[in-house]
Amino acid sequence: MEPTDEFLAKAAATGDRESFSLLLTRSYDRLFGLCFRLTGTRADAEDLTQDICAALPAKLASYKRQARFSTWLYRVAVNAAHDRRRRQATRTRAADGWGDWEVNRVASNKETQDGIDWLTQAMSSLSPELRDTLALTLEDEMTHREAGEVLGVSEGTISWRMAEVKKHLRVMHEEEQKA
Amino acid sequence: MTDDLKHLKDAMRTATPDAPSKDAHLALAMKNFDDLQNSRQGSASEVRHTPDRPTILSRFTAGVFRMFHSLTTRGALAATTSITAIGIGVFLYTQQTDISFDLPKPSPVATEAVVENPLLQTRREPAAEVTPTDDTRMREDSALAQDKTYAEGAIALSEADGLAAENAPASPGLARKVAPAPIGGIVNGIVAYEAEEAVAPTEPNTETFANADANPVKITSDAPVSTFSIDVDTASYSVMRNSLMNGHLPNPESVRIEEMINYFPYDYPAPNADEVPFRPTVSVFPTPWNDATQLVHIGIQGQMPAIEDRPALNLVFLIDTSGSMETPNKLPLLIQSFRLMLSELNEDDEVSIVTYAGSAGQVLEPTRVKDKAKIMAALTRLSAGGSTAGQKGLQQAYAVAEEMRADGEISRIVLATDGDFNVGISNPDQLKDYISKKRDSGTYLSVLGFGRGNLDDATMQALAQNGNGTAAYIDTLSEAQKVLVDQLGGAMFPIANDVKIQVEFNPAQIAEYRLIGYETRALAREDFNNDKVDAGEIGAGHNVTAIYEITPVGSEAILNDALRYQPAPETGGNGELGFLKLRYKTPGEDVSQLLTTPITTGMGQVSDDIRFSAAIAGYGQLLSGGKYLQDWGYPALIDLANQTKGDDVYGYRSEAIKLMRLAKSLSAD
Repeated sequence: MEPTDEFLAKAAATGDRESFSLLLTRSYDRLFGLCFRLTGTRADAEDLTQDICAALPAKLASYKRQARFSTWLYRVAVNAAHDRRRRQATRTRAADGWGDWEVNRVASNKETQDGIDWLTQAMSSLSPELRDTLALTLEDEMTHREAGEVLGVSEGTISWRMAEVKKHLRVMHEEEQKA
Repeated sequence: MTDDLKHLKDAMRTATPDAPSKDAHLALAMKNFDDLQNSRQGSASEVRHTPDRPTILSRFTAGVFRMFHSLTTRGALAATTSITAIGIGVFLYTQQTDISFDLPKPSPVATEAVVENPLLQTRREPAAEVTPTDDTRMREDSALAQDKTYAEGAIALSEADGLAAENAPASPGLARKVAPAPIGGIVNGIVAYEAEEAVAPTEPNTETFANADANPVKITSDAPVSTFSIDVDTASYSVMRNSLMNGHLPNPESVRIEEMINYFPYDYPAPNADEVPFRPTVSVFPTPWNDATQLVHIGIQGQMPAIEDRPALNLVFLIDTSGSMETPNKLPLLIQSFRLMLSELNEDDEVSIVTYAGSAGQVLEPTRVKDKAKIMAALTRLSAGGSTAGQKGLQQAYAVAEEMRADGEISRIVLATDGDFNVGISNPDQLKDYISKKRDSGTYLSVLGFGRGNLDDATMQALAQNGNGTAAYIDTLSEAQKVLVDQLGGAMFPIANDVKIQVEFNPAQIAEYRLIGYETRALAREDFNNDKVDAGEIGAGHNVTAIYEITPVGSEAILNDALRYQPAPETGGNGELGFLKLRYKTPGEDVSQLLTTPITTGMGQVSDDIRFSAAIAGYGQLLSGGKYLQDWGYPALIDLANQTKGDDVYGYRSEAIKLMRLAKSLSAD
């Protein structure tokens, strides 16, 4: 029988190397997927994942078994993504990865309509809150309640935000049809 | 609609990680894991240099960490939060004062941070125990069951964990603050345990700061009148120092320039005895960071009544004893701070102690300072831990203060907390209303903040402002010395209430002006003459400084172009730059009095003190964005501060210059 993530996390927090290794290997792809959805570019997603991996050993000390490990990890990821955005904003660099993507997309119009592109366009047009919410709920098996736990808002807020997202996508879809 | 989402989801699947970078990331994580374990066992003594941090900082943290190795206290090894704050505290006061500080007793090894801290477990009150939910328990059970099949060797660990996890909810205050603490930390990509976990305040996410956007440049002809309330708080300066000492620039939102300026004592001309309680001095001189503008510097010096004549003082210490106050830079520092203060009080002053959250209620009835031993004993008995029982701490403190009141005496509540304002009224607005009402009864409220991570600076400010008091942040015993001993008079004895400043600028002379700082203290123009509107207090011997940057008519530094369809303001006139008006109330009175003085070109002597305050104004602007500073930066700032630091009897200014250097290094990357 496989040990649970939660068990591994506690063992890792108390210094068990193998547990940590197993836990991270198991979680890495999901973590990367979320980072990708949060940042919108592969390069940013890799940077963010690297930041999180680097800090995770120290972070684990604050993990409590009351929370599901995936919920906890996603919260770490969302917060790290916020920190990144804030840092980028304060350095007045190109503030928004999604926006850049959009600019590039328009520039090289030939590559349009492949899946990621559509996705990028869709997500870049959402506010940060909606984007985070969408990034989380697109995860398999992530309920609105869990997404709410990660973002520190109520289940109702998530449901409302998802309704907004759907409304937004529908409008976008209709405009595409017209064009 | 759902098709759209499904489409998105499918698109997402294409985002799979790159194998080489995945391997690199996993390797990095393992390396950091090993480093962390090594450092916890104390075998890795060197701090790694991390590419994201400047060398000076690495050396600094290395020093702090080595110090901890040599101290080997549990506090150092076990409390992952606030480690540096403790270290610096020890470092400073062992150097500057000869007061010893009770650190927790050493323990051989402490790998787990908070949950295994036996202090917490032994001091926990049984009644406060909260059993974990069934859900949790089931999960734990299944986890335990799995141990056996998974790895024999790990079972012991996991049982210990189960225990710790069950104990954890017993101090919800602690659990809430420590539990899933995700923000922060991951700031610098590659992090060493020493550099990041030990040094950074671990949970800046729960800190809130009172702030408003920087005051903009105003056009004199559009808005000739500027009105604000004075502010003698100093919390922002200490928070800034604490951030820098922990190796990162302060959050720009935490910078309130007026509090940084007012942190320092200045030698402004004092009022003559028996006249007004304070005296404003205005000076006009060139701006250090802009040749084409000038500064109007308003320095207010409060009277220092003779110590032997001072009225008797009734103090109620309202002390937060929630579990999070356990760390050495909180409750133990607080106790030491109050002990220091006791030595400054007169024998006839009275002290009472009320605690909230955790052990609740009045722990010391009003006691004359003559009976020092009794007060000391009560202070020593204070212990943090246990539940956040919603006691009516604040109401009780006000009730006690009212009990102690007598004619001609001053009553003040001193609220000491690390940010847990669970004082009995949970709605912040209700809390403010309550305090505003109580303010009218004549009891003052001061707030002392301790520790970082959960510091609710915004609420601190709001409470102190509404309670006619001051807010200060105490991070070291030397700061306690400054606030509670050296400047006790200012902190405890108000000489003027509701002090408001209004300046009307002359559009004939001044094209534009800008108030530096005081963003959170702005008042509406009509509030100046309305005695119902609350404002700041000046304490005995206090200095308050306000600085305007003004742009004369015709200067090349004017930012706003003249309008095409509006008549240009007349120039010339009587040569006055503006007119300063001050309103204040004598404590205990409801009707304000007015002081006025015209502001003229080149008026006032420009002393080193005044130029130093201008340097600090520049420093505050550098830390909060520096929009109006042009090319002026840290080198020029440090030069100016060095030239003007003067005698610096208490060493505050030298410390400020050190902090400027640190900020310079930290802002270089």
